[in-house]
Amino acid sequence: MVQYEPITGRYFTMQVAGEDCRIYVEEAGSGIPLVCLHTAGADARQFRHLLCDPDVTANYRVLAFDMPWHGKSNPPVGYQNRDYQLTTELYRETVNAFCQALELDNPVVMGCSMGGRIVLHLALEQPDDFRAVIALEGADRLEPYYDTDWLHRPDIHGGEIAAAFVSGQVAPQSPDEFRHETLWHYKQGGPGIFKGDLYFYWTDGHFDDRSHRIDTSRCPVYLMSGEYDSSCTPERTEATTNRIPGAKGKVMADIGHFPMSENPELFRRHLMPVLEEIRR
Amino acid sequence: MIEQLAERANADGWLVHRGRRINLKFLVGIGDADYIVAIRDGRVESVAPRTLPTDTGVFSFRAGNDVWADFWSAEPPRDRHDLFSMVAAGLATLDGELLPLMQNLQYFKDLLAAPRAAAVEA
Repeated sequence: MVQYEPITGRYFTMQVAGEDCRIYVEEAGSGIPLVCLHTAGADARQFRHLLCDPDVTANYRVLAFDMPWHGKSNPPVGYQNRDYQLTTELYRETVNAFCQALELDNPVVMGCSMGGRIVLHLALEQPDDFRAVIALEGADRLEPYYDTDWLHRPDIHGGEIAAAFVSGQVAPQSPDEFRHETLWHYKQGGPGIFKGDLYFYWTDGHFDDRSHRIDTSRCPVYLMSGEYDSSCTPERTEATTNRIPGAKGKVMADIGHFPMSENPELFRRHLMPVLEEIRR
Repeated sequence: MIEQLAERANADGWLVHRGRRINLKFLVGIGDADYIVAIRDGRVESVAPRTLPTDTGVFSFRAGNDVWADFWSAEPPRDRHDLFSMVAAGLATLDGELLPLMQNLQYFKDLLAAPRAAAVEA
């Protein structure tokens, strides 16, 4: 008898920036909606362990969707005639479209990396729409350390180089099985998608001049970053936490940039107290 | 540890296989000492101290003695656990023609990390 995982995957179509986007979403559990946003250049498979964690799904309806152009979500019709580039506004509109389409009432939004960055924008711009936000590896100010043009050119395999770059973002202590599963997601990304996401992550999404305006009494903010993250470093996370009055920050030892997929067991030990606090 | 590079890398058959189309020399800087690493069909053919100004490679990767020592330790600390983490932290520099490095980035990362196996075994 097959033992199915408790995850249900479905497709639906929503409008983003005036275009139909066919979206793939996975969900499990019931209770407070917990929307999970994957990292740049990857997809919602990163959250599979969370979706299968009965301690989480007992109280939370966990929803993880592939952004348009990512995973099993389609790019918009006509994608072949343009480059993909994620902006702050496009990302915010995408998350809002998802929450509205599924009629989610005051969800918690948890994102990682670029997802961790956009949730801070959401807390700033729409504090009453979200019960809380959790920024994994998210900061209001980041600095690029390589030219993203390397990620999309005909003489380099886009999937191989994307995975090779982010391989250094996985902590050495993380189990080999999950390290390589995390990298596999990057090897499967569409051409130019990681680069297009990094436009938001490294260029368009800075808002350290405004992050102090986030009202955490209306929308609690949690920041959690891995010790081995080379882009959203512990220092950048702490600086962001300090700029947001009332925000709670935490550095997770022996974890890198992909806590939920590179070391799910260790990550849940950090996450569960946060989810409990939000629920109370 | 650089003296272990050839033996450790060549003992990894899968690494050599992944690099089977790579034929070039590149330069590794460890503190003030430069080494020329020659790769033929994915195998490390030689690792030699640079003796002449004309000894060079397609690209170079340089970091301090302490950074390399940490990089090759059994459980490297953050910022010193990966070549590009070293670059991101300002602890290493890259020069030269980077295309062959980028075309085979994981190979070169794993190649230069190969001596770490000695620390893990110790």
